[in-house]
Amino acid sequence: MGMKSDIRLIDDNGLRIDGRLPNQLRPIKMEVGVVKRADGSAYIEWGGNKIIAAVYGPREAYPKHVQESDRAIVRARYNMAAFSVDERKRPGPDRRSVELSKVISEALTSAIFVEKFPRTAIDVYIEVLQADAGTRVAGITVASLALADAGIPMRDLIVGCAAGKVDDVVVLDLNKEEDNFGQADVPMAILPRTGEIALLQMDGDLTYDELTNAMEMAIDAAKKIYDMEIETLKAKYGGDVNEQ
Amino acid sequence: MEEEKKVRDIVVPGEEIVAEGKPGRGVFSEGGKMYSMYLGIVDVRSGYVNVIPLSGCYIPKKGDKVIGKVIDLAPMNWVVDINAPYYAPLHVNDVPWRVGFGDTGRFLEIGDVILAKVSNVNEMGQVWITLKEQGLRKLEGGHLIHISPSKVPRVIGKGGSMIQLLKDSTNCRIYVGQNGTIWISGEPDGIVKVIKAIRMIEREAHTYGLTDRVKEFLERGDE
Repeated sequence: MGMKSDIRLIDDNGLRIDGRLPNQLRPIKMEVGVVKRADGSAYIEWGGNKIIAAVYGPREAYPKHVQESDRAIVRARYNMAAFSVDERKRPGPDRRSVELSKVISEALTSAIFVEKFPRTAIDVYIEVLQADAGTRVAGITVASLALADAGIPMRDLIVGCAAGKVDDVVVLDLNKEEDNFGQADVPMAILPRTGEIALLQMDGDLTYDELTNAMEMAIDAAKKIYDMEIETLKAKYGGDVNEQ
Repeated sequence: MEEEKKVRDIVVPGEEIVAEGKPGRGVFSEGGKMYSMYLGIVDVRSGYVNVIPLSGCYIPKKGDKVIGKVIDLAPMNWVVDINAPYYAPLHVNDVPWRVGFGDTGRFLEIGDVILAKVSNVNEMGQVWITLKEQGLRKLEGGHLIHISPSKVPRVIGKGGSMIQLLKDSTNCRIYVGQNGTIWISGEPDGIVKVIKAIRMIEREAHTYGLTDRVKEFLERGDE
């Protein structure tokens, strides 16, 4: 956002630079149970994003002062690999990833039955291996798969999806160029069953109507991604559950 | 009980369950409808609709026999890891020996494995275990493996048929804790075979006719 350029992000036919329609998602591929040592794990490829998530817990929370006597705490850690972006990213937590870790933790907390495990911590590690805009929403999506794989009780699977504005058009699921040179980005996460919003952020400026439009677009897309999540989870066990 | 179906329904968290019965374990209700909490399989029995999770940690229940590992010593108790969200303290009053204050290390050391019983669980999730009952003891030697606690019933089998089969065909001594920890002792060949068989049970836990296939596997290994 904010960078000026002469690139036209939407051509005369109304197509975007990667050939998508304004309300079209990038291709998504998901997989669960990708790492053996974690209690649950998942991997997602969302356009150019490649993200792996691993879940540990619930386990006793240490240090002791972070424990909550009536519920579990969810500690998500969003981390970008040094090689995930064009220019080497200095490793370690920075201002951005600390913020994202916080908002992702809060979004996931709203879906998990935290009151079932007092005094514990559920650790979620989200590692971005390759970034191509929309990593936080992809991170939330993959984290929810990993949580389900870890057998953690949840109200619903949680799905993230972004919308935004480029060249004065409201579009779904921005890619790197649109994110860098566009006008606004609205990452969202929802609980599709009830339609509750677990995360809503906005970077850039949108009018009320544009924001409403962007949110509707993201919610519609999230429902499609939700179906993919269900399919992925069932596919992992479906084969051996129904064989014979 | 109704006749077992050939196809079991897998549900994901938040998926609506359409079945007759009251919400049981692993199910929550909202607006008069039932939804699954877990990625698991639907199981309707005695008027309740349950979802049995396919994975997850062990939730201690009073009376369960568990296998735990001593991970810390204190003057009046041992701290035992029973593969649950919480560590379980074993108090010196709950063991069959007379232990002096600060003398815990003489009886059980860090790394020792015990077969214990969950004597109490409270709503805060605190767990107490005991060794004061027949059959509960320290397990010497042997080999430990972990499986998902939801698959323990399959390793034991109907009326213990599966575990008896494993014991008989390998001459190993086997204890299965409700927490998914399994202790095996015997000849190295036998242990290897038992582990292979258990991994097979774990992989195919949700299929029918498993005992027969495991039997076949064990016999095949004999040749």
